[in-house]
Amino acid sequence: MTRYILRRLLQSIVLLFIVSVVTFVLIHSAPGGPSLLANPELTREEIESMTENLGLDDPLPVQYVRWLSNVLSGDLGTSYSTSGSVSSLLLDRVPNTLLLTGVALLISIAIAIPLGVLSAVRRNSITDRAVTAFSFMGISVPVFWLGIMLIILFSVRWDLLPAGGMYSLDRDGFSLTDRLSHMVLPMLVLVTANLASLVRYTRSGMITVLSEDYIRTARAKGLANNRVIFGHALRNALIPVVTVIGISLPNAVSGAAITETVFAWPGMGRLAVNAANTRDYPVVLGATLAVAVVVIISSLLTDLIYAYIDPRIRLE
Amino acid sequence: MATSSERAVETLEAGGKLGLQQAQRPSRSLWQIAWRRFIRNRLAVASAIFLVLMYVTAIFAPLVAPHDPDDVDIMNLHARPSADHLLGTDESGRDVLSRLIFGSRASMTVGLVAVMISVTIGSLIGGLAGYLGGFVDTLLMRLTDGMLSIPYFFLVLIVVAVFGPSFRNLIMVIGVSSWMAVARIVRSEVLRYKRFDFVLAAESIGASSPRVLFRHILPHTVPVVIVAATLGVASAILLESALSYLGLGIRPPTASWGNMLSNSQAYLWENPILPLYPGAMIFLTVLAYNFLGDALRDSLDPQARD
Repeated sequence: MTRYILRRLLQSIVLLFIVSVVTFVLIHSAPGGPSLLANPELTREEIESMTENLGLDDPLPVQYVRWLSNVLSGDLGTSYSTSGSVSSLLLDRVPNTLLLTGVALLISIAIAIPLGVLSAVRRNSITDRAVTAFSFMGISVPVFWLGIMLIILFSVRWDLLPAGGMYSLDRDGFSLTDRLSHMVLPMLVLVTANLASLVRYTRSGMITVLSEDYIRTARAKGLANNRVIFGHALRNALIPVVTVIGISLPNAVSGAAITETVFAWPGMGRLAVNAANTRDYPVVLGATLAVAVVVIISSLLTDLIYAYIDPRIRLE
Repeated sequence: MATSSERAVETLEAGGKLGLQQAQRPSRSLWQIAWRRFIRNRLAVASAIFLVLMYVTAIFAPLVAPHDPDDVDIMNLHARPSADHLLGTDESGRDVLSRLIFGSRASMTVGLVAVMISVTIGSLIGGLAGYLGGFVDTLLMRLTDGMLSIPYFFLVLIVVAVFGPSFRNLIMVIGVSSWMAVARIVRSEVLRYKRFDFVLAAESIGASSPRVLFRHILPHTVPVVIVAATLGVASAILLESALSYLGLGIRPPTASWGNMLSNSQAYLWENPILPLYPGAMIFLTVLAYNFLGDALRDSLDPQARD
């Protein structure tokens, strides 16, 4: 097990290194440099001194090493547009994103597993067809459109829920009901988006397991249907589902970024989208790196859980 | 050296292969069988017809559209549907139906061309990895795993931010960031076919490695690649419209479904029906591609049915 952990750890570090190099090189190959320098009000001297201050005329590898050593000491640079530190900008936003994405993912898993099992056990029943139809719609619906339609219904037409943001501006201090009311709509969108693929994977994992010999053995020795399904089949079907959760994380994070923008939720996704629009490179770079770290650590964890449950993986 | 995520995917894929193999009369080719299966699926046929109509409308947009999509009419803002403007007008008095018709061009083109790029890259990488095996296989599959574990949306954000939002960049970035599924499928197909006798026969009469791979093995992967490509167009259209919605794709005044949506979001209180149309068009198109892909999988890849 130790060897397996070490190997996966090493792979994750290599992966992070590659992500950091790719993003860094991409950003610094921008034609015309940062838009900050394109400001027509700046004089030639000002541009030159800024270029020197920011170290923009050093060779790329030098810039990368300097940037990486700063990153490792927790300094992600300065935002071009707000002149604030990128790491403090990100630290402000990370909890908001984790709150929204994490709760949505938990709710989706809690709904997807029973639905997927039900759908697999009663194949071709009306329930199964409804679940399949729903998951087709779920993978086809543009999340931003779903968000806008929900805003139109719940905010514009019925005035039940806020159209965006994370708290009401006219309220002092924290209020749980206020926070929750702001979370309902984005959460609905994210759960719909995640649910579709999770249900499909649970269903097909369960169908695979149900046709195994040991299920037939369990039935042959006269076990009750419920014990066969929950005691024997589900435990094995959950193993691939654990990894599917890991695989779907990059997708869930991307969906969350778009959803945050629709609902003006102050998270990392919205930060990155706005920074991309204003060409605020240090912020885009920092946000991408932060998200990559979160995703790679989570998929490392799911792989380790997987290896712990299923010894075939680590003994290979 | 398979990671557990690879394993999970393989387990899931292998899951469908247990169904009974139907005995077929030898006189029918794969394509004939597939066609017979396909036309029996009404939903898939309806989707195919819908998509053909969408492409015809997109190609002949100037002939089909009732108005110039960029014609501003300040006397007629947010007009309700009428005989002249079937779906009403938007915040600048432009005809919504005409903009929808012209907007379809962006999504339909980006979807198709981006998938051509990703299928080419994916087939090459998957084909080489599967056929050559060993070190090349490990290296290429690690790369694929790596690409899959990066939140691609953020990479796309970076590329668009750096190189600017343009039609060409949009196609390139979607194509280059979505080849991984094809690479995996092609690799597993190549691994299967390279053990067959016809490969041995080709090698023994002295066919070169590229010839064996491209002429003898890869053609067998066409059915599964078609399925993956069809589903790929669906996700490419979703990504394109998301980027256009965020201001990082097709930019106004050129109409695209994504940027029509983000324009309309500023007028939710004045004209709440406006966002319905472009979103519904994206939804229906993507849904049709997904139905089509699923039906093609059933008819082209009989072993993968569950």
